[in-house]
Amino acid sequence: MIELDTTDRLILRELVRDATQSASAIGRALGLSQPATWRRLQRLRETGVIKGQRLELDHEKLGFGVMVFLGVKLATKGRVSLEDFERAVSAIPEVQTVEHILGLYDYRLRVVARDISDFERVLRRRIMTLPGVGDVEANVLLSEERRPGPIG
Amino acid sequence: MLDDTDRRILRHYQHAPTLGAADLAERAGVTPATCARRLERMQQDGVIRANRAVIDWRALGYEVEVSLRITLDKTQPRAFDEFIEAARNVPEVIEIQTFLGRVDLRLSVIARDMAHYQQLYRSAILTLPHIADIEALMHVARIKSDEVLPL
Repeated sequence: MIELDTTDRLILRELVRDATQSASAIGRALGLSQPATWRRLQRLRETGVIKGQRLELDHEKLGFGVMVFLGVKLATKGRVSLEDFERAVSAIPEVQTVEHILGLYDYRLRVVARDISDFERVLRRRIMTLPGVGDVEANVLLSEERRPGPIG
Repeated sequence: MLDDTDRRILRHYQHAPTLGAADLAERAGVTPATCARRLERMQQDGVIRANRAVIDWRALGYEVEVSLRITLDKTQPRAFDEFIEAARNVPEVIEIQTFLGRVDLRLSVIARDMAHYQQLYRSAILTLPHIADIEALMHVARIKSDEVLPL
C-alpha cells in the first residue's frame, strides 16, 4: 500500500480534474518546481495509484439519451461458466461497464442507448440472449455525481 | 453538429485517452492541425467534458467497495436534496447516482477493510437522513470499465 502526503493528494486532485496538464502546469498551480512535480507524478503512475485516464463525454450531445443500470442474475449457475457470460456481455458495445457483485444480483451492467426504444432493442436482442441470463432488473439513471473520494 | 471526422477522432481518443495530440491525429488519419482544432471545438461545445485520471483505490489501501442501493422516505419533500447533501460530506462515498426504478439512489462506498466498512456503515451511512430501506452489494471484480460510447 502506498502512503500519500498532502502534496501527493493535491496533485491527484488536479489530475482527476484534468489529466492532460503538464508537470510544470501542476507545479505552478501548487507552488512546486517542475522536477519535484514530475518525480511525484512518476511515482503515482509507477505504483499504480493512477491506473489510467478516462475521457468524459457529454452523452446527450452525442445522441445517447438513456443510461440504464441492469442487475443481472444468472439462471443456471454451474451449467454456464462465468467466463462465457463475462466474455459475451463484455463484447456488447452498448454495455459500458460490467461488475461482478455479491448480493441480490450476480452482475451489474451499465448500458447506454439512444432512447428507450433503442434500449429495448439492446435488452431484447443482446442482453436477454446472453448465455445463462436469468432475472434482470432495470433502473434508469437520472443523475450521476463522481466524488473526489478520500484524497481531500 | 458532429461530422464523421469528429466521431473518428472521438472513437480513437476514447480508446486511448493518454495519447498526445500528434499521435491521436495520426491514428485518426487527420493532420495534427485539424485534430487540435476539432478537439478544441468539441471542448468548447461541451461534447468533451474532461480527460480525467482514474485512481486505483486498492493501490491506496482501500480493499473493499460496496454498492448501497437506497430507498428514501418520499413523504419528506426534501428527502433527495437533504440526503445527497449529507452523502457528499462522507469522503469514502465516491459515486452518487439517482434512478427511476426500484431503487431511488445508489452510493459507491470504499473502505480499507471490512472492519473499516462496518464502522463507516454505522457512523456515516446509517446516519444519513430519510433512509427508508438500504441494500448492500459487494464488489467482487470489474470485468469491463472503459465506459466507451459506441460512436
